[in-house]
Amino acid sequence: MKKVIAQTEINVNEEGYLTDFAQWTKEIGTEIATDYNIEMTDRHWEVVKWIQEKVNEGAALSIRGIKKSGVIDIKSFYALFPGGPLKVSTKIAGVPKPKSCI
Amino acid sequence: MGTKVKKMMFILSKATIENAYAAFVMANGARMEGIESEIFFTFFGLEAIQKKKMDNLHVATVGNPGMHIPTMIGGLPGMEALATKMMKKEMEKLDMPPVSEFIEILSDSGCRLWGCKLAVDMFHLEEKDLIDELDGILTIGDFYNRADQEGCQIVFI
Repeated sequence: MKKVIAQTEINVNEEGYLTDFAQWTKEIGTEIATDYNIEMTDRHWEVVKWIQEKVNEGAALSIRGIKKSGVIDIKSFYALFPGGPLKVSTKIAGVPKPKSCI
Repeated sequence: MGTKVKKMMFILSKATIENAYAAFVMANGARMEGIESEIFFTFFGLEAIQKKKMDNLHVATVGNPGMHIPTMIGGLPGMEALATKMMKKEMEKLDMPPVSEFIEILSDSGCRLWGCKLAVDMFHLEEKDLIDELDGILTIGDFYNRADQEGCQIVFI
């Protein structure tokens, strides 16, 4: 389905995740973040960039993977993206919601 | 959304690896969804928070029909170790962390970890025997009192 975010029409699924990463911009990420009351900082973008790189490499995201990432530890990850950090950060990053249970 | 789960509270009473992981995966899964979670370790569940024992939990090969090993064979020396080794290998393939690392992940994720006072006393355990991540030792009544909002679920494993 189509949705207008940051004055741009983009394709999202029923949960609001972008279905075409090519449509993603930083402005779109910033606006999605406001839905979760998150004000994006350089630290947030650093994590989002890492997530995008991982997904583009075809890697599966998990909380254990965050621990090994070297970019952020689990505690700070939960603090940066409250309310389910993998779910929220991937939505902001414009990549699919991870299917991981761990 | 009055029916949404807000807090998942697990009581882990068993020391078999499949039961411990069931509690860990569900507690961690809750945190990943933005749901609060806590685990109360009691009786044999305390093995999962004892520094010396936690990474040596076994799968049950006797009295466990799901293993499809005849009881008499499951009881032979080494069977439990072999089955555990095989299961750990499969879990590693799925990127499931060992118990000690899982506890660390849970604690960092904000899952609260509690020891049961009665069981700790019964097994003569001291604080130094237990994981550093432990949030404290509670009575079951204390644990119930932590179900302090609507949408709390208590699950016994």
